[in-house]
Amino acid sequence: MTSGLLPLLQVLRNPGSMSGMSDDAWDLVLRQAASAGLLGRLGALATQMCPSEDLPAAAKTRMQSAMTLAGQQHRAVVWELAQLSRAMADLQGPVVLLKGAAYTAAGLAPAAGRTFSDIDILIPKTQLDAAEAALMLHGWHGNHHDAYEQRYYRDWMHELPPMTHIARQTVLDLHHNILPETARIKTRPDLLIAAARPLADHPRFSIPCPTDQVLHSTTHLFHEGEWGHGLRDLVDLDALLREYGRSPGFWNDLLGRARELGLGKPLFYGMRYCHRLLETPIPRETMEKCPQRPSPLAAWIMDRLFLPAFGTAHHTGHTTLSGVASLCLYVRSHWLRMPLGLLLPHLAKKSWQRRIKPLLDKPQGEVQVGMGGPPARSNDMPP
Amino acid sequence: MLYADFPFEEDTGLRDFHVRLDGVTGPRRWYRPQVNFWLDKASPFKPLPKEHAFALLEWGMNWCIATFSHHYLLLHAAVLERRGQCVILPGEPGAGKSTLTAALSLCGWRLLSDELTIIDREDGGIVPLARPVSLKNRSIEIIRAFDSGAVVGQAAHDTHKGTVAHLKPPTDSVRRMGEKGRAVHVIFPRWASGARIQLRPRAKAEAFMQTATHSFNYSRLGRLGFDLNAQLIDSCKCWDFEYSELEEALRTFEELTR
Repeated sequence: MTSGLLPLLQVLRNPGSMSGMSDDAWDLVLRQAASAGLLGRLGALATQMCPSEDLPAAAKTRMQSAMTLAGQQHRAVVWELAQLSRAMADLQGPVVLLKGAAYTAAGLAPAAGRTFSDIDILIPKTQLDAAEAALMLHGWHGNHHDAYEQRYYRDWMHELPPMTHIARQTVLDLHHNILPETARIKTRPDLLIAAARPLADHPRFSIPCPTDQVLHSTTHLFHEGEWGHGLRDLVDLDALLREYGRSPGFWNDLLGRARELGLGKPLFYGMRYCHRLLETPIPRETMEKCPQRPSPLAAWIMDRLFLPAFGTAHHTGHTTLSGVASLCLYVRSHWLRMPLGLLLPHLAKKSWQRRIKPLLDKPQGEVQVGMGGPPARSNDMPP
Repeated sequence: MLYADFPFEEDTGLRDFHVRLDGVTGPRRWYRPQVNFWLDKASPFKPLPKEHAFALLEWGMNWCIATFSHHYLLLHAAVLERRGQCVILPGEPGAGKSTLTAALSLCGWRLLSDELTIIDREDGGIVPLARPVSLKNRSIEIIRAFDSGAVVGQAAHDTHKGTVAHLKPPTDSVRRMGEKGRAVHVIFPRWASGARIQLRPRAKAEAFMQTATHSFNYSRLGRLGFDLNAQLIDSCKCWDFEYSELEEALRTFEELTR
């Protein structure tokens, strides 16, 4: 079902196999990696695992370009954290970095060659107003001014509307939970925040403890509606599991923590697809003892949805079912986020805003790209 | 016609970019037909009228390099070579950069690029593109008048830049597109009607700032961007150049590289 993506999956499983690969194979792998947002990651793996003389020059330069962008983002995040620690200096309680920002700031396994678009921060819900006010005072402002959007985020979601810095244009997501307030699965963000560990280099910030990094990564992945980053997120998870899985006791701690936080189900799927697609070494008994394990039938159905969806990153991974699977997952992600009584009015409202209202409004101004090129499609630029 | 001198290769092996132009689907396939530019399976731009197809292809290819080739330092500047000496011409739109580039390439200068100066991070050498020179509005007529033998493609009218046509790159420049160049001069040209010809040295610190501002990825390269740009400015003489007559400008360039 993801067999079209097999060339990319194979080099992710065994980076050493990039040595001596044919030019035709390279061409396909690089295109698949680029559209999955994994070109920088591939470059980092190739640098670590393959002698430089075994790689074709054209492949090296492509990967070097992506690693250059990742390097710039790394510098930008470090700078942004310095700014944010000033803005949030007087805030009570810990400020927890999530995902990309956490991996980069702490130099964790998924960081090498990774690119990302925003900084995710988790704080106690009681601090939300104070944090928002402090950030606005330092130049961050919300992009969603529509009253409905405000209500959607503030009453139902687990984060505020994304905030953008007025001068630097960096985007910040301020979370108070890792799942929406209205979600079917309930978790305990207070426990996650309490177990977070301060960062030596950026003392204002903490990152989740290893088990919680894994649980947040799986929870995020399997509540997503948009699957463009699915494989990239799975690669993050694979890197975390390979790194932490080596320490004794990790797998038991992980299961215990999943039970405590009520996140067994997303953990099960995360481990299942990591193992299937990327051959992540996961002990069999960890899989068997996973709390809230879905029934074999449920797992069978989910395989039919998730496996094609991971292939949507590149057209060579598309199957006849990819479109259907992506749609089902989109619906599922909303189903998991909200009860039906909220969901149906929400979807009706969104389709009005997206499809019908633009036809009634005046067309928007066109966006220009550098060099005076032709007008760009908004929101549809390749990575 | 404009790419007649370029080698043709089979569609296999490792390619930098998979680009393609395609007619759009739907009613605009027949009614005032439009075309899309594709990079692999993504189409980053809004479709343009079929008559603008060639210009769209050229813009699209430039966009690919400017957006994805960060293993180089990329300056928004033309670059040509005479007697082994490269001259880099950064220029604001309307500074007469393309007209000057086209005229020089018609007078025996080797064309490396009219839009993108590509600097190799390994050795600071300039990587040639030798692609067609983009001419806009009045400069199309100026170049036709300058050299009646100039091969200029069909003009695309009413683009967002006005009328656009492309000049065929010199055969020798295409043949030598594998040979990197070495920069000796950075010249900031400015065309002004009736201006007296003037070539004045430009302070290096200012030249540095200006080339950095004209770069597509200076800040993305971080320290490497600084080092490459500093190395370039250190090894070049920098000039402000004002002119009104093309013939006079060419003489100045000729003397500078003698």
